[in-house]
Amino acid sequence: MFKKILIANRGEIACRVIKTTRRLGIQTVAVYSDADANALHVRMADEAVRIGTAASADSYLRMDRVIEACRQTGAEAVHPGYGFLSENAEFCRALADAGITFIGPGLKAITSMGDKITSKLLAREAGVSTVPGYTDVIKGPDHAVEIAREIGYPVMLKASAGGGGKGMRVVWNDAECRDGFERASNEARSSFGDERVFAEKFIQEPRHIEIQVLADSHGNVIYLGERECSIQRRHQKVIEEAPSPFLDEETRRAMGEQAVALARAVDYCSAGTVEFIVDAARNFYFLEMNTRLQVEHPVTELVTGQDLVEHMIRVAAGEKLSLTQADVRLKGWAMEARVYAEDPFRNFMPSIGRLVRYQPPTESATVRVDTGIEEGSEVSMFYDPMIAKLVTYGEDRNKAIDHMADALDNYYIRGVNHNISFLNALIMHPRFREGRLTTNFIAEEYPDGFHAADVPQSDPMIPVAVAAMVHVRLDDRAHEISGQTRRFERRRRRDWVVIANRVHYPVTIEAVAHGYEVWYGDTVYRVKSDWQFGEPVVQAEINGRSVSVQLDQQRAGYRAFHHGTEIELMVLTPRAAELTAHMIEKQPPDLSKFLLSPMPGLLVRLSVAEGDEVKAGEELAVVEAMKMENSLRAIDDGVVAKVLASQGDSLMVDQPILEFE
Amino acid sequence: MQENIAKLREKEQAALLGGGEHRIQQQHLKGKLTARERLELLLDEGSFEEWDKYVEHRSHDFGMQDQKIPGDGVVTGYGTINGRLVFVFSQDFTVFGGALSEAHAEKICKIMDQAMKVGAPVIGLNDSGGARIQEGVASLGGYAEIFQRNVLASGVVPQLSVIMGPCAGGAVYSPAMTDFIFMVEDSAYMFVTGPDVVKTVTHEIVTPEELGGASIHTRKSGVADLSFENDVEALLRTRRFFDYLPANNRDKPPRWPTEDPAGRAEPSLDTLVPPDASKPYDIKEVIHKVADEGEFFELQPGYAQNIVIGFIRLQGSTVGVVANQPMVLAGCLDIDSSKKGARFVRFCDAFNIPILTLVDVPGFMPGTAQEYGGIIKNGAKLLYAYAECTVPKVTLITRKAYGGAYDVMASKHLRGDVNLAWPSAEIAVMGAKGAVEIIFRKELGDNEGIQRRTNEYQQLFANPFVAASRGFVDDVIMPRETRERVCRSFAMLRDKKLENPWRKHGNIPL
Repeated sequence: MFKKILIANRGEIACRVIKTTRRLGIQTVAVYSDADANALHVRMADEAVRIGTAASADSYLRMDRVIEACRQTGAEAVHPGYGFLSENAEFCRALADAGITFIGPGLKAITSMGDKITSKLLAREAGVSTVPGYTDVIKGPDHAVEIAREIGYPVMLKASAGGGGKGMRVVWNDAECRDGFERASNEARSSFGDERVFAEKFIQEPRHIEIQVLADSHGNVIYLGERECSIQRRHQKVIEEAPSPFLDEETRRAMGEQAVALARAVDYCSAGTVEFIVDAARNFYFLEMNTRLQVEHPVTELVTGQDLVEHMIRVAAGEKLSLTQADVRLKGWAMEARVYAEDPFRNFMPSIGRLVRYQPPTESATVRVDTGIEEGSEVSMFYDPMIAKLVTYGEDRNKAIDHMADALDNYYIRGVNHNISFLNALIMHPRFREGRLTTNFIAEEYPDGFHAADVPQSDPMIPVAVAAMVHVRLDDRAHEISGQTRRFERRRRRDWVVIANRVHYPVTIEAVAHGYEVWYGDTVYRVKSDWQFGEPVVQAEINGRSVSVQLDQQRAGYRAFHHGTEIELMVLTPRAAELTAHMIEKQPPDLSKFLLSPMPGLLVRLSVAEGDEVKAGEELAVVEAMKMENSLRAIDDGVVAKVLASQGDSLMVDQPILEFE
Repeated sequence: MQENIAKLREKEQAALLGGGEHRIQQQHLKGKLTARERLELLLDEGSFEEWDKYVEHRSHDFGMQDQKIPGDGVVTGYGTINGRLVFVFSQDFTVFGGALSEAHAEKICKIMDQAMKVGAPVIGLNDSGGARIQEGVASLGGYAEIFQRNVLASGVVPQLSVIMGPCAGGAVYSPAMTDFIFMVEDSAYMFVTGPDVVKTVTHEIVTPEELGGASIHTRKSGVADLSFENDVEALLRTRRFFDYLPANNRDKPPRWPTEDPAGRAEPSLDTLVPPDASKPYDIKEVIHKVADEGEFFELQPGYAQNIVIGFIRLQGSTVGVVANQPMVLAGCLDIDSSKKGARFVRFCDAFNIPILTLVDVPGFMPGTAQEYGGIIKNGAKLLYAYAECTVPKVTLITRKAYGGAYDVMASKHLRGDVNLAWPSAEIAVMGAKGAVEIIFRKELGDNEGIQRRTNEYQQLFANPFVAASRGFVDDVIMPRETRERVCRSFAMLRDKKLENPWRKHGNIPL
């Protein structure tokens, strides 16, 4: 076994690998760029070596420096994590030349699977099913029908030169096929000047399901079940789970066996993933093989009870796999959500900055948080803005989802924007609950992007009861202030009015043993909680159900965050609540006449001056953010009334730059 | 007797109605509460003891003798906020537009006199059209009587003004002399001369909002300390603010129990100061992480943002915080920030509130605008305030403490009791680059040499240890343990006694 391993990666995956390595009693070496000098993975490792400046190309992608770091520290093996150098054949070769072990598969697997065409050919040879199709030009309508029958309906006819949906036709029978061929080739001719059309099996309701394989250098290959990763946004996985709610035992075995066959075909040795696309009829077709540890590997670990990193290390050290296919048992359900520093309400714009407050949910048998950051860390523009992988486990799918909802409620992040609301909306979506997933889920359910209205409405009484309890605790404490005047000592009050989203909830609150009873009409909410002053997340049990509400004090009230929803609340005496009726709702300023900075950044150029007439599409200003220049253009024709910022200003998000007449 | 009781009830009813139902409705339509409703929200329920409900004006001119309303446009008395005594007056816009008559002024003076005798704060809720013109000089005299009492009460009991409607002309000078001014957005405005006069004299056309609305006074002029969205928010927040204030200049700051451990470590503070000295960071993060329960009641958040002031609690008891803000103008001291800081320091000193000073200051702001504006005398205000101040002073240098600004910011030399520094502190006459350019002026052509000298200077002086070796810094602490160290320092200083020599009063450079 190795004595010392270098982890050629950063962030959560570096930390995750270090955890296992440590448990095995192996020394660890971290590498870091200047931007990561204070990072968690650097502090977790036994040793750390600086390998360059912040840009990945000058640090984490520099194989020469990684190898030099191995030499310096005497590391015998390198775990590459995912991304960066993990599927780089050249790196693999260079390590071999330097006599350092690569914790991953051999060169053959990396090169053959790294090429889209070679991998498909190899897969077909190994008996793995690939998407049926006819890549030659179809000669005519009759030929089209012949091919379509061979492939099996439905079939998609595609223009060779096509793109953007043009010249594409899905056909379901011979008649449609004939007709569709004519139309597709006509369209192809008129749109692209190229009438060539080919055919491919049309995958209905496609799902992304992948098989985890594990192989050693002694010819043993097993599969550890599947992961379903259909919930994707622009091909980025967002939520993954194991097992898939869609597979039956038979399909699982068939997919597993094909994946094993492919692994054998390339002399695979390590952990790897074979990705399939699965249609509504549970036909599955090979997509590609990832010759590394996947981001979403924890869900497999939770349902199999195996530590994939440990297996990778042992196998790399030449050990035999410690388990056989028969030992692999899937138990329970695991769900992973990727927590990103991005603003879901602004088209998922990445958010960078310091994590001023960061409190992940507590880890337990049902909650696992794989993260590389902590409070005070900087989410920088140089790397992936992933904050953490939040993984939950339950005996069945619904339990795993419930644990996820609870864990998301407990995830307290301030300082950067995050996608917790979005993740919550996804897992609360009835279609998600039913397991009716496809890779188009997000595009279909949120066709115009994600908006506040897409956040599912949860029971307002939970934040109402929690805010009432917190308010009463704070009010009781205020009764204990020093310097009170005799005959004027405050009396505790029991009746309050909670105002949430303009709705008045008159409540009566009684202190009882271990908590409070909050009465709203005839309904009682028994709130038990160990909440202490200053804790940002209120964990409580309401009528026996455990809930977590994030509660920030703001102005004269509170801002609660629960189940992805943000609610502003006030807790007032009945008289104060009554008097709020006279308050005039302040209209937010009309911002349609303003050009607002869409992001925090530097105003590098103002292209117009006061009094200028501008035409729609004309450049108004340029804001630099994350080293990118963003040109802000006029949406409409208009006249610049006022310039509100000057060149060189640091702008905040939504800061007005121009006012129009 | 029955008859007398009936008469009392009748009078009482009339007094409670103020200017009558119609005017009350008018007030409500403007989004404003009445004088009495405001007191209901400000004070503990049922605690208000009203005085002079039946006072009427004594004017006989212009038919005023036929228009008498008991109370005469102001509701006065005392009550409690969380059980603590406070004297209040609340001007009633429904009665003669809240205009100040001689009798109205007398009512205010009466509660101010009483507040002084018993040592309780005074809160004024201002909503008045100005002087009762029908009374002429008697009304003016009334203002002056109030001004005089504001001055005598200054530094004896805390005085707080909440502007909830118009406050114009001479009337502005009473709030101006109180310790804090809060304003309600869109309904409150304050100016010495109104838009009409401005137009006649300077031909400027402005709205009352542009001339003296809450946004102007909290951002541009610095006259107001805070603004609130509406009456309800203003009064509830004023209650919270009151919880920080001692009753008088002989009282200790109030205290309440907290569950937040004094020893709470904040590891993230270790990474707050960026390695690059020219990069900003938010000093408020330190304040929030040091404070009990993360709570910081900031004052003047929109004005002179290069200095941050406000109240926190440490182990349940009030502490005033003054901090340079590296996010704005690199945290340098200029005219506005010096004045803002100085006035706050003097308030804390007057009322026995210990002061925590967080220092990251590159110096005073250079330039003609500052010099012509009198940065010399204005900067001296902050220096004077810190030097004069005798309450417990704990100072923490987080990064830069350069030049004269180092001296000013509650340095050891100005009787700082406990002066701490983070390892990132640089206590020096100036930054390395500037220093080298002066000391080695002759070598300026030699870039390499200058760089070497700069590194040398950086090594030698850009750290807390030179100052620590002279005892100017008592200890260099890990950022994560700041809360514990600061709490302990103030605990040690609890019974600190320090008196300045007797004098009539000092002569602060005004």
